[in-house]
Amino acid sequence: MEVRNLICIGCPLGCPVTVTMDGDDINVTGNTCPRGADYARKEVLSPTRIVTSSIRVNNGAIARVSVKTKNDIPKSKIFEVMDEIRSTRVDAPVSMGQVLIADCAGTGVEIIATKDVERA
Amino acid sequence: MSGLQYDVAIIGGGVTGAAVARELSRYQLKICLVERAEDVCSGTSKANSAIVHAGYDAATGSVKAKMNVEGNRMMGELSRDLDFAFRRNGSLVLCFSEDDRPALKALYERGVANGVPDLKIISGEEVRAMEPNITDEVVAALYAPTGGIVCPFGLTIALAENACDNGVEFKFLTEVTNISKIDGGYELAVRDKEPVTARFVVNAAGVYADVFHNMVSEEKIQIVPRKGDYCLLDQEAGKHVDKTVFQLPGKYGKGVLVAPTIHGNLLIGPTASDIEDKEGTYTTAKELAEVTAKSAISVKNIPYRQVITSFSGLRAHEKSDEFIIGEAAEGFYDAAGIESPGLSSAPAIGVYLAKLIAEKAGAEKKTDFIATRKGIPHVAAMSREERAALIKERPDYGTIVCRCENVSEGEIVDSIRRTLGARSLDGIKRRVRQGMGRCQAGFCTPRTMEILSRETGIPMEEICKNQPGSEMITGEA
Amino acid sequence: MTHHDIVIIGGGPAGLSAAVAARKAGIQDILILERDGVLGGILNQCIHNGFGLHTFKEELTGPEYASRYIAMVEEEKIPYKLNTIVADINKEREVTYINREEGLVTIKAGAVILAMGCRERPRGALNTPGYRPAGIYSAGTAQRLMNIEGYCVGKEVVILGSGDIGLIMARRMTLEGAKVKVVAELMPYSGGLKRNIVQCLDDYGIPLKLSHTIINIEGRERLTGITLAEVDEHRNPIPGTEEHYSCDTLLLSVGLIPENELSKGAGVSMNRITSGPNVDDCLETEVEGIYACGNVLHVHDLVDFVSQEAALAGENAAAYVKNGKRGEKCHKVPLLAENGVRYTVPQVLNVDTMQDTVTVRFRVADVYKDRYIAVYYDDKLISRKKKKVLAPGEMEQVVLKKSSFADYPEIGRIKICTEVE
Repeated sequence: MEVRNLICIGCPLGCPVTVTMDGDDINVTGNTCPRGADYARKEVLSPTRIVTSSIRVNNGAIARVSVKTKNDIPKSKIFEVMDEIRSTRVDAPVSMGQVLIADCAGTGVEIIATKDVERA
Repeated sequence: MSGLQYDVAIIGGGVTGAAVARELSRYQLKICLVERAEDVCSGTSKANSAIVHAGYDAATGSVKAKMNVEGNRMMGELSRDLDFAFRRNGSLVLCFSEDDRPALKALYERGVANGVPDLKIISGEEVRAMEPNITDEVVAALYAPTGGIVCPFGLTIALAENACDNGVEFKFLTEVTNISKIDGGYELAVRDKEPVTARFVVNAAGVYADVFHNMVSEEKIQIVPRKGDYCLLDQEAGKHVDKTVFQLPGKYGKGVLVAPTIHGNLLIGPTASDIEDKEGTYTTAKELAEVTAKSAISVKNIPYRQVITSFSGLRAHEKSDEFIIGEAAEGFYDAAGIESPGLSSAPAIGVYLAKLIAEKAGAEKKTDFIATRKGIPHVAAMSREERAALIKERPDYGTIVCRCENVSEGEIVDSIRRTLGARSLDGIKRRVRQGMGRCQAGFCTPRTMEILSRETGIPMEEICKNQPGSEMITGEA
Repeated sequence: MTHHDIVIIGGGPAGLSAAVAARKAGIQDILILERDGVLGGILNQCIHNGFGLHTFKEELTGPEYASRYIAMVEEEKIPYKLNTIVADINKEREVTYINREEGLVTIKAGAVILAMGCRERPRGALNTPGYRPAGIYSAGTAQRLMNIEGYCVGKEVVILGSGDIGLIMARRMTLEGAKVKVVAELMPYSGGLKRNIVQCLDDYGIPLKLSHTIINIEGRERLTGITLAEVDEHRNPIPGTEEHYSCDTLLLSVGLIPENELSKGAGVSMNRITSGPNVDDCLETEVEGIYACGNVLHVHDLVDFVSQEAALAGENAAAYVKNGKRGEKCHKVPLLAENGVRYTVPQVLNVDTMQDTVTVRFRVADVYKDRYIAVYYDDKLISRKKKKVLAPGEMEQVVLKKSSFADYPEIGRIKICTEVE
């Protein structure tokens, strides 16, 4: 039996949660909402994160458009995702929600714009 | 001109070098000023008490005393001619003990002998009536109504700009590494650049003046950097005192001053510690604590929580404790050991040395000397009507970039475009006070960098805080 | 002089939310004055996620959160002026602003809502000894340069202060290829949210050193290194604990200060602890018709609460414009923060005119474990709630019900405090 103490990052409350793992049996305590249990289970099995960054915009009113992974990606893939984000350039205009990278670093997750950038 | 590039080469773009340049530019001479940094006012002149001393401190008959009293006398008219900020707020030297009264009296008498006008010894009650925050311990004070406060950047930059307008060439990022006597003058070797040759050399190199002096003279001098730490407080604290408040050296040792700055902050300091490093402009925890402790002896309830920055300056203290001004070798003029009251004395030193050199050179005065200079408009200080009119004419005066000090884009643009325009963030700051306020450039740095880059064509990656090596960013993200 | 029913100073999250709420409360003539070139304020540079869980029940990035409110303002056709800085506000609610198109203009406001936000404490305020080289940034300045302008401020980074912006920037710079060597915090606890320590520091193996400070800054032109030392319980460096870090960048995340220069100019009385105006339960300052909300009132952790608070300010300003001043004889009760509670917002409650519920927000003075938050009406205990952990970095709240005052017609004060047992 393995016990892990985590801080839930699901929301700013930051609840301290305890995960007890006994084979396939995973028990979560300390969470104040179902998100906490989901987070804790994921965190011990295959942790994931949302990655946010920015991508350079050609001919934009501002130099960068902020972006995020549309869904969470495996934690181990963060730097590969970042490499692809950093090597990407897009042309203005960009609109919020627009897909800028279809399948980022083989995660199957899209990178989408989180703001509008007009043409300069 | 016997094949030499210049009649006069001035080493050092501090307040002394700038004053000498400005006064020499009255004459028909080809002059250059070489400065190691990217701008004028980058050494001792930028980090000091910003005080125009009345002139009672230095020994009667000394060069210091003469230059101080004369410089003080000149400052009012000069500030009007050259449009820099100066105010005679008056100064007080506080006496904390009956035992120290003789010393206060001696100071008064020395002041009178030095020619300081309107000096008066006043009682503790009179002091507190004048300055309600003075501590109860004070028993008397020497009051000097002619004491003043000045913007040291404004003074130095005004002198330099006016010199430039009158034909003086300024060479920045030009570090003199050696001086050798050549036929009819001197050759200044310059790091990574072509040498400069001139008939006459003025050594106004601040803490390095001994190095240059000793290259040409057998009578060696030694300048010890005397470090002083200061704290600057928010403008909300700026009215805590109105006069410059000194402490009479006495039972607490050498004191520190508490003074308003010309721009309405409160300045406390300096400490005094002799160091070896001529670049040692660092503050130390010990000295900053000393500034706080000593200032509290003079003035009650200083709101130390409102410190917005601390800094350190190096006074160019010469072992003889005297200004060394004059011809050190044939055609080589010193303005060395210019420690306090150097800022106060600069205009007088400029006139004195310029006259000496012009006589030696047999130079005539110009007929087309431009005696005045107009500063950058300070839009926030203008009347509503003036400001509205100006914004109509130049809309960029209506875009506030530095919100703490109310500095508009137009003023920043002016600071870059005008004579001897700024080429670094510190250069802009010293000209228009962008980033001088309570947020210490937190909000306006990115915008100011963009404006500097746009106006000068310097790529963002090469925008510096001051000298090369002080780049602000390391590249694109 | 042009008149507007409500003038809102600042188009960040607080100003936008206040505007929308005031419009929904029936005020047509609203004007937002924004100093930047876009609406949204600081959210524009907060490109990380974690915003909006309370307000929109989903996790948004800063720009996305801002865009929701900007869309509401646009939909309601609420007028705003960009690149417009307010120079002065007075007690008569005359607001003077400046921009390049109009120059200097003074307008008269029926009500003013202060929503100017806050600024970061600079290095100077810490009085850290050493040189003054390039490469020292407040975390938010670095964030703007990186996220809006697209520049890296450095490669080897030390962060002083564990405020949320510092933690977020530790991750951001790491993702952009910089090496963040350490985050040092003067206090024995972090000033930021726990989740940010997990996902910004722990995820990337960045050490957090509590009870540490910087005692020397090196480098004449660009920063070359710093010296870190542990501090004792009086926050004085402990000799012998010095550690040297070479770095080209120092980010400061050492506190936020409400930007109240305009408020002070208007004669608004200020609270020494929050550095924001003293307000009543309507978020009205002590100057009639001037309201305050968001980070100019007190520094928040969560934008969701800023939006809530600002909406309340907007509604109350609207009520003031429509109905004028509330009764003079209002029963005003001061809120006292005691025993581990540093301050409350609001500071005064109008018992007669209060809404059915009033949320009182506050921060505690230290990290406490297993303590109660207690509310007293005069000396009578009204409520007590146990909290596993209380920390200064996390804002707390209690809700006061109007009905609860029925039994206390003569109440003289409300006390909010922590209790051990």
